[in-house]
Formats: sequence, structure tokens, C-alpha cells
Amino acid sequence: MKIVVCVKHVPDATADRTFTEDGNTDRESVDSLLSELDEYAVEQALRVAESGVDADITYLTIGPDDAKDALRKALAMGGDSAVHVSDEDIEGSDAFGTSLVLARAIERHGFDLVVCGMASTDGTMGVVPALLAERLGVPAVTHLDELAIEDGAVTGRREGDSATVRVQGTLPAVVSVTDRSGDARYPSFKGIMAAKKKPLETLDLADLGIAPEQVGRTGARSAVDTAAKRPPRTQGEIVADDGAGGVGLATFLTAKKFI
Amino acid sequence: MAEILVLVDHTDGAVRKPTLELLTLARRLGEPSAVFLGQGADTATEVLGRYGAHKVYVVDAPEVEEFLVTPAVDALTQIAESTSPAAILLPSGPDGKETAARVALRLESGLITDAIDVTADEDGPVTEQSVFAATYQVTAHVTQGVPVITVKPNATAPEPAPVTPAVEKWDVTFGPASAAVKVLSRAPRERSDRPELTEADIVVSGGRGVNGAENFAVIERLADALGAAVGASRAAVDAGWYPHSHQVGQTGTQVSPGLYLAAGISGAIQHRAGMQTSKTIVAVNKDEDAPIFDLADYGVVGDLFKVLPQLVEEIERRRG
Repeated sequence: MKIVVCVKHVPDATADRTFTEDGNTDRESVDSLLSELDEYAVEQALRVAESGVDADITYLTIGPDDAKDALRKALAMGGDSAVHVSDEDIEGSDAFGTSLVLARAIERHGFDLVVCGMASTDGTMGVVPALLAERLGVPAVTHLDELAIEDGAVTGRREGDSATVRVQGTLPAVVSVTDRSGDARYPSFKGIMAAKKKPLETLDLADLGIAPEQVGRTGARSAVDTAAKRPPRTQGEIVADDGAGGVGLATFLTAKKFI
Repeated sequence: MAEILVLVDHTDGAVRKPTLELLTLARRLGEPSAVFLGQGADTATEVLGRYGAHKVYVVDAPEVEEFLVTPAVDALTQIAESTSPAAILLPSGPDGKETAARVALRLESGLITDAIDVTADEDGPVTEQSVFAATYQVTAHVTQGVPVITVKPNATAPEPAPVTPAVEKWDVTFGPASAAVKVLSRAPRERSDRPELTEADIVVSGGRGVNGAENFAVIERLADALGAAVGASRAAVDAGWYPHSHQVGQTGTQVSPGLYLAAGISGAIQHRAGMQTSKTIVAVNKDEDAPIFDLADYGVVGDLFKVLPQLVEEIERRRG
């Protein structure tokens, strides 16, 4: 079974992230790493491979040169090979451009199963898995807390907008998994060493038959007008409980008309 | 006037509050038409009309319940192709966002997700979003095709604008892809007497400091005294103390109530991303160095098991 796991190299979500002047995510000022939410996708792919399925796992990412770090991190957790799509014309792509590049790279590689995280920690839209499925013409079994691969189908549990549903789609398929799907493993020292020897292929837009104007800022279908830092919240009154902390809080809430 | 399509979020015809917010926002952009998928349109039509839906497009087909997302994509795309709306609004949630993205791809349109406000501009809708764990406020617009926009709950207060809607039944042609993912079973979210997390004006949340599932009764008692929804941090949910549907944070529910009361929650970035746009924030925590106090308009450094019951008692006393 050919498994492709899509991963993203993102600015550290615990740092102070910011924008460049032209409204894109600033990837220079903050250290980047493998998106935490993608670690769950890596983990689930590895668990499928460990469940007795004869699987070949390839990680796929798009990004500048240092996005390779995300691939090496994933390879250190396990898996077989990686594909890095890098082209300066991709910069500024929206979810449509991103999903086009990913879909072409996945088609080129071949796949039975594509595994994604539920969203990136920077863009946070969470729509790329659905767009990938739409482009690839395969089922999107997305937002899963739990999944199982059996008899050529993927079955899972999804917390939808108003109900919890059990869903099933036949392979080939795109799945996305949530941060509740199971804790991701840490790479072992041996894994880190082994990752350095695993094959990593680099592709550009021409390799994928994509014209520059289909992606990047030119191909994007929406534009940011303004990006303003919210004024930081200012700390109000902090009191130590002297035995009447609840009463004091009630007085505050009454003044604010919540009581 | 330009037609604005609004996808209705409902359970068997009971329309959820975020849909009324979408109708309210849609009226700023043009004339709202509700797109109702599934059963229960008769029940829903009155309330949709009360909030300004001039038309209700009804797709009462079993596919909508039997398969995930794609039947809604077929329905919305076909209705949009025939009505040429000026914008399409959907609720932000996994179902709403995935539907929106696929509809936009098919219509060759742009997409904006998780808007917290939508206003009309000469060139079309302008959205406001809260990004990077709610540290930035971004305005944006769609530059291609019919703007497809998903909106978060509580973006605006629903305002009635009663009309009598024209109901149009639609026969949608479902493509082979619509049957791609089968819904094997469906368990609607348990309804409690408390307000829903995304819709509540007050949210009382518990975290690691609550220290046990049974102790969440302390949080629930205060929530009930305030008429609030109950939230929980990821730590409390991961520990199995409270259901995931109540998780507030980056990967759970993002709330923006009038009052957010955090008890026993340290305030990790994961959590802050889900609540820091609340109007008033109150924190109760034993640890005076907890980062949650940096955001708090009022904070009590103390034991939540003493402070919260005393607060409940005082609320009851003040209300006589």
C-alpha cells in the first residue's frame, strides 16, 4: 500500500508570529518546525504500516529549502522516503494553489492512501484534505479521531458540526486525523540517524506540469487587505483570596452586569 | 437586489443559532436565500423567514443524510450555478468548511474561512478574521468568482427581519462522488439544558486544576448559576474528565463570549487561541504566575474549590 503523508513546515505556534509587509505569513522572524497537527498524521500512517499492512510511506511537503527539516523530522519518526516541492513561484499560494501542487505530486508518485493533519497551525483553514480529495476524485474521510483500514476501506469516527458520525470510504482515499487520534511518537536516536540516509526527492512546478500563474500570489483567489496586531490584553485587578475571593468576584461580575 | 445563499445548519428542522447570525450578516450584502438540506424544512421555514430569508431552497433527498459532505457540495453548487448569488455563507465547522472549499473549487471561486465579521464594500464582501492564536486581526476579500465565506458562531447578534419566504423544492443531480463516504451511524450531540458553547454569552471553563471528572460539578454549578455554557481545557479533556465537544482552544471550539471564566486553567497558547477574544476574562487559579492572569480583567489567586462555591452562594444571595 502506497501511503503519502502531507506535512507542513510552519512557524512555531508558541512564538510571536507575524506578517510580512505584503500580508503573507512571516517565515523568517520565527523558527519553523513540523506542524504539531501533522505529527498525528505521521503517527497514524506509521500505525497503519505497523498493523501488518505492507506499506510504503512517503512524506510530501511544499516550501522553501528549510522545509526539508519537516521531512527529516517525519522520516526520523519512521517511513521510507520524502518528496519536497520547492519553487519560488509557489510563494503566496492559497489553499487552491497548495492543493493543486500537492495533488499533482501525489498523482505523480501514486497512492492508495493520503494522510493529512486536521489543519496547519499557521493557516488553520483545515480545507486542504477536502480539496485534495476533490482534485484527486477520491473519497475524503476527514477529521477523524479514530481510524481503521480494513478490506480496502477506511472507517473512522468524526466529530462533525452537530453530530458524531462513523464514516467509511473505499481506498484510494484521502484521510485527515485530529489531535485526538493518538499521541505522536518521538524520534529515536537511531531514527534520526536513519532519516539522513532515506531518499529525498526535490521537484519544482515544471516537474509537475503546473504553470506559475496557476499558483502563488497570482493564482490566489483571495487577498489580505490589512493585518493588524490586536492590542495585547491588559491585566486587570488580580487579588489573592483572603477568604472572601468569591464575594469579591461577585462584586466585579455585578458591576459588569453579569449578575 | 443581489441574492446571498446561506447554508442552513439544523437538526431535523431545528435551526441552530449560527444560521440566524449568517442570515443577519447576509442582509448586509443583499437578499438572503436559505439553502435547506434534509428533512424538517416545514419546521425551519418560519424561523428562516423571521430572520430575513426571502427564499428557502429545499433539497429533501436521503443522500444528504446517508453520505458525508459531498451531497451538500452537489446541492449548493447546482443552486449557485442557477441563481448566480453575490456570495455564499456557511457555518465554520468541519462540515461547513469542507463543503465551502469544494463548492468554491467547483465554481472556480475564492474562499475565506472562519470570518468573525462580514461587511459590504463596493467590490463585494470584506471579511474580518482573527489569526495566529487571535493575536492578529486580518481583513480580506475574495478576488475571483462568487465569494464563499464560512463564518464563526457569535460573529453578530441575530436580528429578526420578518418576511414570508417563498419555498422552492430542488431536485439535485447527485454525481458519483457524492456517494464517496458513507455515514454508517450518526449520534447527534447530546443536548443539555445549558446553552451551547459556541452560542453562550457566558462560558465557565475548568482545566487541570479541577483534578477529576467528578469535580467538574463545581464548574457546572457556577455555570448554572450564571446561565453559562461549560468549557474545558485540552488537559481536562485529554484526562477524560469532560467530553471533547466542550474543549475550548485552538483545536477545539473557539469562543468569544461576553464573559469567559477560567478556573484551574493555566492559559497555554493552545487554550488562549480559543478564548482570548472574549470581551471580559476572569481567572481563578492557585498559581499566581499562571499566564492566564496576563489576560484577565479580574483574577483571584486562590483555590477554585473555595472561590467558586462562595461565588455561587453570593450570586444566589444577591438574587435573593
